[in-house]
Amino acid sequence: MLGPYEYAVWLICSLLEVAVLVCAFKKDALRRYLFLNVNTAASLVISIARYNILSHYGFTSKEYLYFYFYSDALLTITLYFALVSLYSLVFAELKAARYVRLGTVVLLSGTALFSYAVVQQSSARLVTHFVVELSQNLYFVGLVLTYVLWAAVLKMRETRMRLIQLILSMGVYFSLFAANFAMQNLYHMRGSFFEYLTPLFGCFLPMSWAYTFWRVPEEARLAPSRLAVVPR
Amino acid sequence: MMAGIILACSIVLLLQFFVSYCRSLIAVSSKQVLSPEVKDVTGIQRTASADDFKRVMQLLQLCPERPEDRNGVQAIGAYFSLLSFLRSTLARIVPSMRAWAESERGQCAYFAAVALERRISFSREMLAEQMDS
Repeated sequence: MLGPYEYAVWLICSLLEVAVLVCAFKKDALRRYLFLNVNTAASLVISIARYNILSHYGFTSKEYLYFYFYSDALLTITLYFALVSLYSLVFAELKAARYVRLGTVVLLSGTALFSYAVVQQSSARLVTHFVVELSQNLYFVGLVLTYVLWAAVLKMRETRMRLIQLILSMGVYFSLFAANFAMQNLYHMRGSFFEYLTPLFGCFLPMSWAYTFWRVPEEARLAPSRLAVVPR
Repeated sequence: MMAGIILACSIVLLLQFFVSYCRSLIAVSSKQVLSPEVKDVTGIQRTASADDFKRVMQLLQLCPERPEDRNGVQAIGAYFSLLSFLRSTLARIVPSMRAWAESERGQCAYFAAVALERRISFSREMLAEQMDS
């Protein structure tokens, strides 16, 4: 059963998602960062639906378990598309949108096939395990893609401050979750303090997006070389 | 094996993204000039030093919190701790890192002073609204 801590984090996370949408609307960023906002809206709707299912069927019910993992996979895919939309913004001037779209579909299909290959031999409940495996693999693919995008930002001397902050916050988020998944696979840590930490990771993305939309104007510029860990 | 590699990569990338993210937050605030009042309160005249950080954070905690600033202040607090850790460990072996960590810690203090300035003006606005109503 969920305790007051989990409910509090859930509520805070949902409120932050509302804040992202309100900030994006107020600062005229709703259409420009459409996929980011779609991901946030989807996350909010799924959060409410999860609460409904939880209160109807209970935490240990099959209904909640299935809904949780399937909706999580859906959210990971929308986040993947949000990341790709940032690629489109960075590469907009190179007119490379077609190649970005093609690459996206190829990589997503490749990840899905790889996940299928992994679960195919070892699982009786194939679809459910496939969904879980796909989510985990997409987090790592997302992390690698964000790193490549960050390298491109540094190489192309992209100066749009808002875009830079959105990319960096995604990098932090993906690496937190990828590390968390890997740690759980390595040590099978259930009931440890990581179980308390994981829901907090989910709050990071809406919190940083709300901050970026609210505080950093679209016109703000910055030399990205100032941000590199190794000075350029 | 695979999970171990993913974990190691994720931690390295997390550190890199986290440092860059914090520096982007600092870059936004570094362009803002402090008001004479905040300069007096914090004792920061032109450039902030690492020693100012603790004092400015204490002052920050006295002001009502602004929800949209919370993320930035917490991230910079964690970044400051990371830099302090680096300064007392790795920087002892690599002297150039000591100077870099010191300048970064000073910029963290400046970020905190800018956040303090925002919180003071936020408190004033709230007070003015209450007086009006």
